[in-house]
Amino acid sequence: MVMKKKKSATVYLVVKYIICVLLALLSILPFYIMFVNATRSTVEIQQHAISFIPSKYLSNNWAILDGKNFNALRGFANSVIVSTGATICTVYFSSLTAYAIMAYQWRLRNAFFTFILCIMILPAQVTSVGFYQMIYKVGFTNSFLPLILPAIAAPGTVFFMRQYLQATLSIDIVNSARIDGAGEFGIFNRIVIPIMKPAIATQAIFAFVTNWNSLFIPMILLTNNKKHTMPIMVSLLRGDIYKTEFGSIYLGLSLTVLPLFIIYFLLSKYIIAGVALGGVKE
Amino acid sequence: MRRKSVSYARFGYIFCIPFVIAFLIFQLYPIIFTTVLAFTDYKGLNVTEWHFLDNPFANFEYVFKNPSFSTSLKNTVIIWTINFIPQILLALLLTAWFTSRRNKIKGQGAFKILFYMPNIITAATIAILFNSLFAYPVSPVNDLLTTLGLSKEPINFPTKMWISKGIVAFIQFWMWYGYTMIILIAGVLGINPELFEAAEIDGANGRQVFFRITLPNIRTIMLFTLVTSMVGGLNMFDIPKLYLNGGPSSSTLTTSLFIYNQAFSGSYRYNTASAASLIMFIIIGILSAFTFFIMRDKDAAKLRKLEKKVKKDLKKAEQAAKGAA
Repeated sequence: MVMKKKKSATVYLVVKYIICVLLALLSILPFYIMFVNATRSTVEIQQHAISFIPSKYLSNNWAILDGKNFNALRGFANSVIVSTGATICTVYFSSLTAYAIMAYQWRLRNAFFTFILCIMILPAQVTSVGFYQMIYKVGFTNSFLPLILPAIAAPGTVFFMRQYLQATLSIDIVNSARIDGAGEFGIFNRIVIPIMKPAIATQAIFAFVTNWNSLFIPMILLTNNKKHTMPIMVSLLRGDIYKTEFGSIYLGLSLTVLPLFIIYFLLSKYIIAGVALGGVKE
Repeated sequence: MRRKSVSYARFGYIFCIPFVIAFLIFQLYPIIFTTVLAFTDYKGLNVTEWHFLDNPFANFEYVFKNPSFSTSLKNTVIIWTINFIPQILLALLLTAWFTSRRNKIKGQGAFKILFYMPNIITAATIAILFNSLFAYPVSPVNDLLTTLGLSKEPINFPTKMWISKGIVAFIQFWMWYGYTMIILIAGVLGINPELFEAAEIDGANGRQVFFRITLPNIRTIMLFTLVTSMVGGLNMFDIPKLYLNGGPSSSTLTTSLFIYNQAFSGSYRYNTASAASLIMFIIIGILSAFTFFIMRDKDAAKLRKLEKKVKKDLKKAEQAAKGAA
């Protein structure tokens, strides 16, 4: 009886491992096929669309992409500008707002915090028509500012920062800095920001990735192809001019995700920890 | 000394100014503007004038009567459901495995990293990647099926309505189950370990522990996952847009895509797009309020009420004491 139970437990454990390995393969395979096909020629892909061995047509595919006005470097630069700008706005001003909620006793602060919780689930698409019309009227389409400045108001990040400050900020440090004659703004920049570094790092990663991946708003605002970000350039890969250039489509896709893969595998530990922290919102 | 501490309060307001200004300009104003436009005749390229309609709800009537809208609403609900149910079930199963105290799975860290990976990759890229993977006649999936002998000739996936819906739902599932799993695991790790120890001493088996202790204790976190997934699902855009642009025959047309097509893709119907946005906004609001209501923790709500009352009484007592002094 005991033997039987032990045996079935082992079988169950083996089943668990098999399923986990299959799911892991499911995560890797599409991207692996993409990277390999980026190095293969159209003819090779037509013969066999799956291959696990890279070929030698990478520079060829690059030349085709380049010839079709797929300026990967410019798209990359645009995406870096937008994502970096938005990330800095998000983490700095969210920290400032969270600090205002945590460190000062003002009358509306509880009401303000409730308000931040309420606007957290507000989706961007729902307001897109009004947003577009406003930007269009002031003539800021094809500018990066309407993609960067709205990041100042990031309720989700404020919430996270507040939770972090609640656990780490001791008001005594602030008070002793006051006695030393530091100004309130100086205290925030020189004392509070360094305390918040771990939280800022986590939120910066998420803000950067979210902005890097964003498609909807950039697509309706940036009509000039010199201003296109990576996701917009990717969306054009579906067009007719690439119909038979299989290898270069895969290369274009690979180029957009390469930076994300590098960020992810360098920082995956922090990212996973950050996701876990973000979920425990009670 | 006391007076000085009061004077700091204004910095609370000052430091919130950037957030409030950005919110007013970039979120509140667009909401109000969208709401206003929903009641006007504003459409067309380079038109700057608009007037309120005689029949204020004409745009809403247009949207409700538009067969594309009801199709898109149906599709959104179907695609979200067939992505969410397997997603939460798989996430729960993996959570149970990864938090099991008896047989620990080795290499959990690596599995978590790989399961979560698709979530941070650009959705636009993934949509086009799957478009290439399931293309016809030449594509990796067709190559696999014919080589393995599962299908004699390549399958024309992009013309199959239900398969396309299924693929869009699968992509969502595949991108999000790792995220849901990590959040649920965090929830389980937050449960007081004494509860599990007590259950073990009482002789509960793994299944009993999971259904009687783990599940009830991660209820709020599951609610959080449900609401965020629902809001995200109702706004699904990148994947249906770039996978097959809503096709074939509108079978992957979602409401966000409907709004986009109305306003930004050639027809410039800003007024009806705004009306559709408002309808979605109201649906999202009602659904989140409803889930919060049915899944709310009744005991916790009672406790909070009590706490409030006690605080109030305390304040009253304090004031009375002050008055007396």
